[in-house]
Amino acid sequence: MHKLHIGENLARALFIAAAGISILAVAIICLFLFANGVPAIGKNGLPDFLFGSTWRPANDIYGIFPMIVGSIYVTAGAILVGVPIGLLCAIYLSRFASSKVEAFLKPGVELLAGIPSVVYGFFGLVVIVPFIRENIGGRGLSLLAAAVLLGIMILPTIITVAQSALDAVPKKYYEGALALGATHERSVFRVLVPAAGSGIMAGIVLGIGRAIGETMAVIMVAGNQVVMPNSILDGVRTMTANIVLEMGYAAGMHREALIATGVVLFVFVLMLTVLFNLIKKRGEAK
Amino acid sequence: MGFLRKNNSQLAGAAAGAGSAANAAGAGAAGTAGANMAGGALFGGGALDKIDTWYAQSAAKNAQKNKILSILLRLIVRIGALLTATTLVFIVGYILVNGIPYITPSLFEWEYTTDNVSLMPALINTLLMAGLSLLMAVPIGVGSAIYLVEYAPRGNKFVQLVRTTTETLQGIPSIIYGLFGMLFFVTALGWGLSLMAGACTLAIMVLPVVMRTTEEALLAVPDSYREGGFGLGAGRLRTVFRCVLPSAIPGILGGVILALGRCVGEVAALIFTAGSIAEIPNLAAGAAALFDSTRTLSVHMYLLASEGLHINETYATAVVLLVVVVALNLLATFVAKKMNKGDIDD
Repeated sequence: MHKLHIGENLARALFIAAAGISILAVAIICLFLFANGVPAIGKNGLPDFLFGSTWRPANDIYGIFPMIVGSIYVTAGAILVGVPIGLLCAIYLSRFASSKVEAFLKPGVELLAGIPSVVYGFFGLVVIVPFIRENIGGRGLSLLAAAVLLGIMILPTIITVAQSALDAVPKKYYEGALALGATHERSVFRVLVPAAGSGIMAGIVLGIGRAIGETMAVIMVAGNQVVMPNSILDGVRTMTANIVLEMGYAAGMHREALIATGVVLFVFVLMLTVLFNLIKKRGEAK
Repeated sequence: MGFLRKNNSQLAGAAAGAGSAANAAGAGAAGTAGANMAGGALFGGGALDKIDTWYAQSAAKNAQKNKILSILLRLIVRIGALLTATTLVFIVGYILVNGIPYITPSLFEWEYTTDNVSLMPALINTLLMAGLSLLMAVPIGVGSAIYLVEYAPRGNKFVQLVRTTTETLQGIPSIIYGLFGMLFFVTALGWGLSLMAGACTLAIMVLPVVMRTTEEALLAVPDSYREGGFGLGAGRLRTVFRCVLPSAIPGILGGVILALGRCVGEVAALIFTAGSIAEIPNLAAGAAALFDSTRTLSVHMYLLASEGLHINETYATAVVLLVVVVALNLLATFVAKKMNKGDIDD
């Protein structure tokens, strides 16, 4: 009996320790990123680092404003492309599709989520970039290419989350709308979609998080020039791209500035996580 | 009362539930009868007819407008779905058509050279890397999920903290994991660019995936299983391992496969932690092999694509990557189906 107790307690301690590892992981990730990145921000001065428009490591000038703008533009473009299509597809899957079509489309969406980002990036490089170069203009490696590619990449996130939000709306909402004489389409768009609003918003925020953090696919299609883009056909460099492109050979202050870029990105993502939780909580409170 | 019939047929045509359509029609009929009666009291019979025709006309107009709107809405929803499906088919089809002709035996040779960019070393490294990181992530993820579901008291502060941090981990982009891995495993712990540093970084990255799916799988196990275990005099530990875990295994497996998929596709987290040497680690050296630099299949593909010298081989590598990912997806669907069947058996 006593032996059993020891075993039980040992097991409980082990499980608690396992649960503690994710806390530990977040703690050391924060510690190491901030410890290595914040000094560089301090040396440059926060305003100069965030809002400086010149990035010239050779002259020790580090301003990441073009990269922040690049990340925001690319993400906004991805949302413009991905959200309407994803939302419509989710509505279709939730309320219009026959079970036959759903049996084909659902695994398809899952597959879309599973395709590695390098494969997306390569596809963008050999299909989207030449298409833009030949039909729209510019060099092809552009903000537009990155936005379209990222829009495709966030589709599965938005579709999955929005569909489960739509499926979770109580049946009586839909039936009530029908009983008032609304058509099927009207009930779906005027009653179900607003009722699933917070779930759909949560999906969009998740999509934003994915788009802003995407690295390899963006590097392959965005052109990566450190300048403020004047049109959607100009190349842009995102914060993620900046890190991967220069980390390989950076040293000293340059390396610290790259880690600081990571810190800024990290703060962006943390803010998105908080926003996501707020939306989710508001949805639950309803 | 033509408008009534029109409204009615339109409702039925919109594939509404027959019951609710009949309901609406009933309510409508009652309403019109009331209006007619009021009309009769105020105006003479001729005025009543006029109102009726006017009603019929505007109702017909409305019905038509509604019909057009319905068709439009149905159309754009279809377009959305069609675009998604076309994109998927186009991406997969394009890669397959361009890549399959270049899948040659030489692509699978043991040695990587600059002339023959064999993907075999990368493929083996991928297996090693994914296996090693799952070896770390699965026990920790399953253990913490067991704690959260089976042990932790409700509303515990510690549990809340674990959940918040897990959500945070899930939202962190892979490049941040890569940076962290470089700062911590490669530099601070002095492991250098190595298989081990890459695997540890990936393990932290997929930990929330394993945790979340295991948690859901455990929550889906009916409480009667636990009660049965306790009722037979088993302790908590024995109940968890003998009664709860076995029926949660398909769900856990699904999460593990998802995690495996992320490991296989990852690049940004590995470039600065595992490096890019295209050689199989010297396994004869034992544990020292863990600290060799390796490149996985995805990193291999990224390097090929950015060099731009071996486009055909890049297509072929993409095909191999896609095949691995599709196989994992099918496996996950299969496992999930098996789990659903298990639910019916209960």
